Amino acid sequence: MNIIELKHVTKRYDDGFVALHDINLALEPGKFYSLLGPSGSGKTTILRIIAGFTQPTAGEISFNGQDLTQTDAAKRPFNTVFQNYALFPHLNVFENVAFGLRLKQVKAKDVQAAVKAALHLVRLDHYDSREISALSGGQQQRVAIARAIVNQPQVLLLDESLSALDKRLRKEMQFELRAIQKKLGITFVFVTHDQEEALSMSDTIFVLNDGEVQQVGSPVDIYDEPVNDFVARFIGDSNILPGRMLGDFEVEFANRRFKCADAGMGMNEKVEIVLRPEDLTVVVPEQGKLVVRAQTQLFLGDHFEIKAVDTEQHEWLIRATNSVDLNEPLGLSFKPEDIHVMRLNESQAEFDARLEQYEGASEDEK
Amino acid sequence: MKNKRHPGLFAIPYVLWIAFFVILPILLIVWYSFTNTNQHLTLQNYHTFFANGTFLRMSLNSFWYAFLITLATLLISYPAAYFLTKLKKQQFWLLLIILPTWINLLLKAYAFIGILGRQGLVNQFLQLFGLGPVNMLFTNFGFLLVATYIEIPFMILPIYNAIVAIDPALIQASEDLGASKWQTFRFVLWPLSRAGVESGIQAIFIPSLSLFMLTRLIGGNRVITLGTAIEEYFMTTMNWNMGATIGVILIVMMILVMLLTGNKPAHGRRMHHE
Repeated sequence: MNIIELKHVTKRYDDGFVALHDINLALEPGKFYSLLGPSGSGKTTILRIIAGFTQPTAGEISFNGQDLTQTDAAKRPFNTVFQNYALFPHLNVFENVAFGLRLKQVKAKDVQAAVKAALHLVRLDHYDSREISALSGGQQQRVAIARAIVNQPQVLLLDESLSALDKRLRKEMQFELRAIQKKLGITFVFVTHDQEEALSMSDTIFVLNDGEVQQVGSPVDIYDEPVNDFVARFIGDSNILPGRMLGDFEVEFANRRFKCADAGMGMNEKVEIVLRPEDLTVVVPEQGKLVVRAQTQLFLGDHFEIKAVDTEQHEWLIRATNSVDLNEPLGLSFKPEDIHVMRLNESQAEFDARLEQYEGASEDEK
Repeated sequence: MKNKRHPGLFAIPYVLWIAFFVILPILLIVWYSFTNTNQHLTLQNYHTFFANGTFLRMSLNSFWYAFLITLATLLISYPAAYFLTKLKKQQFWLLLIILPTWINLLLKAYAFIGILGRQGLVNQFLQLFGLGPVNMLFTNFGFLLVATYIEIPFMILPIYNAIVAIDPALIQASEDLGASKWQTFRFVLWPLSRAGVESGIQAIFIPSLSLFMLTRLIGGNRVITLGTAIEEYFMTTMNWNMGATIGVILIVMMILVMLLTGNKPAHGRRMHHE
């Protein structure tokens, strides 16, 4: 049973701007979901529609099968952690967290216990009487989470909730958020433009662009098998080259033929090839499947980022543990399964169908 | 480079101004209030004020009208200010609200005499429906109406500024946590805009205590406040000492009002449920 479903949700603003086109998504209970996309992709609009702050122009949203489209935000069993936390500046930490419980006329003794428990969960014991203005960004973030989860929502909505923190704190909060989600066992819907954040925390990621869902899948699926150019570029760095299928499991790009792991496309079909920079290994030119010359390299602490050009003038981004000599020929090696083939204009449904078809076929051969 | 070491030099014009036009007059008023017409120190003026029921009644009257004016202004201005923050062309609407304050008070008072008089616009309009002329000029109602009209911008502006500074996400957070519109107003909007309401009250209540021109022109001298009394003593009976005494008492009242409305709300208090 899906806890939340969006069916054919469209959002068009008065000025004609279409923020969401026919969004369909289904969320299962107890999972960590991310809505990932650049600004203007509609990810926050989806969250606001789930929370009830924005009404969809068309389509419906349901909770455990019940239609919620016309229900006020105040009556939905979800709580939100806002982008800038939106803590009440006139109330202290305890009263901020107690806000929802007090509205429900919960007994003072129970409020006390619940607030203490929530503050303990976010590791802010003994902060109850602090003023909001006396807290650091990370602490405010935790108060915002405590204020939301103290109401025991079925779904917690997080709107770019880590983006205001510095990098180290953000990393730390990623671990904590995931731990809190596991502990509470409720559904989290996390909006972010940071692919690393989405990859590290989520069970499932929805990649969005221009108000449409581009791809849905586990972090590994999305990273390894991007359905299109947009997803490939947005999630991680990639080398994208034009190519041509020569048949099943054989592709041509950079004027050479390569074995690959994709099939089910037409002969001579034009495709795009994705090679991740970390899948490329630098070898001596004789052993390389491709020969390139390095033009620049940056030392980034744990690896070198190398920009190189092949004989066809394609640019290559390579991640290597050791430095290379600039302007000398270098061999590049990669495995057939490192080559990700993308068909032009293929939707995710078509992609999934094709994957199933040829994976079945290759298993029969064995 | 001497100026850098003595930034106080820049304050001299203002200090002189304050000394001659604020501090000195106050000292003079206090001095007058403690002397009689023969320049002899005495408490007689204060005795007269507190022993004579008329003055106390006048004080109460002043307070009562100032209270009514402030209340009426607040009741009209708070919703108006809230509504303003939701509009698209806020600057334009604000300008329309501020504009009347640029017009001389006397002119506005005369305009209202024209509007409220027996041959005025309102009565002409009422006659269309066969309703006889209603006496509005020189009534308490007329006085309250005009005073409220004049004070409204001074209440709307601070409240508008306070509401506009509230992060809209706070209102959403409140709804998200299950608050009804009324609860959101009571527990979030009102406490966060209270500073604006307080400065609005200060800006209206205190001057309203000593209104005298309007009481004369619109109230027709039926409404007697401390302001009217001071004017009477200085201009008509020429008893400056008694006038100064009332002035001192008015100043003390104003200070009390400021202390009452000016204290910052204690932070971190629990939400008050009755």
